[in-house]
Amino acid sequence: MGLLSDPNRRRALINLLTRLNAPICGMPVDWLVKTMQARGLEVFTQSFSRTLPFPDENKERYMVKGTNVYGILRAPRAPRTEALVLSASCSPGDENNQAVGLLLGLAQYFRNQIYFAKDLIFLVNEHDLIGMQAWLEGYHHTNTTGMDWTPLHGRGGSIQAALSLELNSHVVTSLDLVLEGLNGQLPNLDLANLFYAFCQKLSVLCTIEGKLQRNDWDSVSGYSQAVQTMMLMVMKQASGRPWGDHGLFLRYHIEAATIKGINSFRQDKTDATTIGRLLEGMYRKLNNLLERLHQSYFFYLMPSLSNFVSIGYYMPAFGLLAVILLLRALDLWVQLVTPPPRNEERVNDIAQSCPGVLSILIPLVISHLTGVALYMLPVRFQEMAVEHFPVSETEAVVLTAIAVYTAGLALPHNTHRYSSEGTEQGWRVLKLVAVLYLAVLLGCTALINFSLGFILALTLVPVAAFVTPHVPKVLSAFALVFLSPACTLLFSVFFYQELQEMPVSFQDGWILYLSVISQGILDHYLYGSLVYPLIALLVYPCWLLFWNILFWK
Amino acid sequence: MQPHTVKHGQFCSLKVHFVVYKQLNFPTPLSRDGRRAAAPLSKMAAPLTLLFLLAVTVRAALFNSSLKELISDRVEVVSPLTAWKRVIEGLALLDLGVSPYSGDVFHETPLVIYLFHFVVDYAEVTFMLADLITAGCLYMAVKDYNKQVFRKQKFALEADRYPLDCLELIRSPKEMHYIPLKVAMFYLLNPFTILSCVARSTCCLNNAVIALFILSTIKGNLLLSAVFLSLATYQCLYPLVLVAPALLYLLQHQYIPVNFRRPNFWWLVAQYLFMFGGSLLVVVCLSFFLLGSWDFLSSVYGFILSVPDLTPNIGLFWYFFAEMFEHFRLFFLCVFQINVFFYTIPLSLKLKDHPVFLIFMQLSIISIFKSYPTVGDSALYLSFLPVWTHLHRFLRNIFLVSCLLLASSLLFPVLWHLWIYAGSANSNFYYAITLVFNVAQILLVSDYFYAFLRREHHLTYGLYLKRKDGSEAAMVLK
Repeated sequence: MGLLSDPNRRRALINLLTRLNAPICGMPVDWLVKTMQARGLEVFTQSFSRTLPFPDENKERYMVKGTNVYGILRAPRAPRTEALVLSASCSPGDENNQAVGLLLGLAQYFRNQIYFAKDLIFLVNEHDLIGMQAWLEGYHHTNTTGMDWTPLHGRGGSIQAALSLELNSHVVTSLDLVLEGLNGQLPNLDLANLFYAFCQKLSVLCTIEGKLQRNDWDSVSGYSQAVQTMMLMVMKQASGRPWGDHGLFLRYHIEAATIKGINSFRQDKTDATTIGRLLEGMYRKLNNLLERLHQSYFFYLMPSLSNFVSIGYYMPAFGLLAVILLLRALDLWVQLVTPPPRNEERVNDIAQSCPGVLSILIPLVISHLTGVALYMLPVRFQEMAVEHFPVSETEAVVLTAIAVYTAGLALPHNTHRYSSEGTEQGWRVLKLVAVLYLAVLLGCTALINFSLGFILALTLVPVAAFVTPHVPKVLSAFALVFLSPACTLLFSVFFYQELQEMPVSFQDGWILYLSVISQGILDHYLYGSLVYPLIALLVYPCWLLFWNILFWK
Repeated sequence: MQPHTVKHGQFCSLKVHFVVYKQLNFPTPLSRDGRRAAAPLSKMAAPLTLLFLLAVTVRAALFNSSLKELISDRVEVVSPLTAWKRVIEGLALLDLGVSPYSGDVFHETPLVIYLFHFVVDYAEVTFMLADLITAGCLYMAVKDYNKQVFRKQKFALEADRYPLDCLELIRSPKEMHYIPLKVAMFYLLNPFTILSCVARSTCCLNNAVIALFILSTIKGNLLLSAVFLSLATYQCLYPLVLVAPALLYLLQHQYIPVNFRRPNFWWLVAQYLFMFGGSLLVVVCLSFFLLGSWDFLSSVYGFILSVPDLTPNIGLFWYFFAEMFEHFRLFFLCVFQINVFFYTIPLSLKLKDHPVFLIFMQLSIISIFKSYPTVGDSALYLSFLPVWTHLHRFLRNIFLVSCLLLASSLLFPVLWHLWIYAGSANSNFYYAITLVFNVAQILLVSDYFYAFLRREHHLTYGLYLKRKDGSEAAMVLK
């Protein structure tokens, strides 16, 4: 937001950028092709274009056109059925230029080695993830997001593993490993172990989530650092976005990670040669793989690079939260089926429970329609919003989303007009449905993206368990809103900044919050991230059901 | 003393009858004329039409959406036997003049491929029609069945066969009125049915044939029942076990007791089996003449029985046979396949007076233990649940079972995603959910079985059972 929130200024800048797109943002394609060819690679290019659903203000792009350049080093020792990828994204200016240099250097070096049994693909992608998406879709002949790209003319074998490089300077103090991919997917833990082992061997400082490992586990500060690292990982994983260029490889069942060079004020520096040796070692190890990495863990959280928490340890925590919901559902069920003290009004009972179906169906349908509105409206109505209000497209999208979200809160009063009678039985049945719905939803989410499921469970389970029409209205309404998905996201933004040791003021935090929402929506449209539709179409309607129960007549 | 008691009992039962007639709005013999009988039908026609329209709309909407391709690739919805892709493949081979059974792709029966040879352009309409036929047949069958149940109950009441404290177990026409509609609704709006219809799984056609069989059996038509049963058997082999309930029902319908010394019992059995065998022979020979070879026998029935395709599905076979050493295969194949057929004998003995419940039990056992089950098979027996609403007070773990069924059917796609696409889980995860799903189905069916038997027991011995010493007795299913 910030800089470009004045619509006129922003529009002028976008026009300028679109017109000047090629000259300014161009990657030196010809030079790259020539250089790669000179190093003896088979070089191919792929051009792609993509119009974003609305302008991305963080990266200042709207209509994206670019070219990927990749060179294949054919395996000299074996049939070319498998491949490894080394990628570096190339952007205008000096950003990441060292990575491309190192990549070319490695290509030249690997060309002279004879021990490679897998094709090596050196990929320089433009416009970071968008280029990567185009290349991967071209490589695997899929098209999931409706992007335009030209087909690839050269292919290697099936890709077994990939590494992405991010280097901004020719010396670094430490290397950071980024694992979190699209939808919170993680690569096989052995890839992280491999990186750690080589860092140890070459005595390079290595970090995860930007945090150095400490050896004093038993001290309070060491423990708290490990907890902070793990919580950072949980937050990043829960966001469901790819945190490096490797993030999209995971979708194709390719183990991948990003290695990021960090240059801080520390004295002892590591030069590019050492990083090159590290990468050579990793690639030779990966080259020796006889089958895909599958023996080790895929479900893990890392408090430091050398330790991990396996699914067996963290899933029970989620299980205990989910059990609350199941017990509550059982309790409601018992209340519902236990017949009232035996008397002659059995017929009346049956008559009472009959309208129950309708009085549940209406809130269910209405809350889901609100969810659909939350999913569809923001992007559909951005043009209209921009015409009528002095906001930019991105702001329009985010503010419409917030408006629809808030408008959903007014719904219970509407549904009651139509539902015939809000009986005691009625809300119990609705709550039973809602509690089971939430339990299944959280269970499925936690299996796919544990962190997201866990954070949602932490905030939603308490309200789901206690809310009834008979609790004090104002206080519980406040608690319900406080623990709703949108507020959870707001707190997560502050908490994340806090963990990164970059606390922000409320003002900045709010702006960050808005940009996080727009990034989430963009991630969905660009890469197919599932967090936004999950929240809009399932979690939010489920939360509305509890809101509805609170205001049951 | 003795005569007095009897008289007192009669007086009581008369009073009871009066109360029952008044309370339950019995159609007394006097008021049973044509107009009264016709009235409910016209009342039900509107909701039924509405239901059909709704079902068709939902299906048509899904047929026109992008979800169609996604659904027709789901392993839960289509099996190697019923997949539409394979039917198309078979059709293409047939058009090229090659036997569709050459290669290992097509496993449907010849009649189905010839059916689609003519209607392949209207496939979607055919599948929707099949669903509507199934629902319509179930509707009429259940309606007829309910009438009979009611008549029997009335005779039993008049003959004073029910204990006095069982009044609350007696079913009233009011609660039974909507059951046929609910059955049709459970079938047509069940997500399982909708999915298999949208996936164009030929399971819909099999369900339609089985529904026609049920209808003709309940109407007491010997010939049609045998013909449709032979068609169903021809389609997927397992409905063979429905011979037992069909025979029991038809015997009951013609008031012939199950007595092995009675000639008319044997006469009816022989008649039915002859018709069944004859029409099966005709259908099989017809298939032979259509294709000119016996290829289809090994390719369809051999495929069903020997389970060579271990694509994951919601059944119990694939994982087990994928893990097994080759030299045990035949033995366990027999064990697994006998499972489907074996339960026929004890169930027929136990439920010989209740053939329709036996049909329900058999359908559920088929859909749990068959070699390539899909959710469409489960949908057929699940649609019978409204018929047994009067058993709800005796069900013990219906809540647990419905939670399990709900959770496992939603977890199927999630774990499939984790295994196949994300690569982070493996086949054990998916099989675990398969097990949960099947255990839930088994629990559901056995729970209904228990409840049914218990209600029958109460109808004979009274609702509030006392031990000999006067304390309250508990009932155990043995």
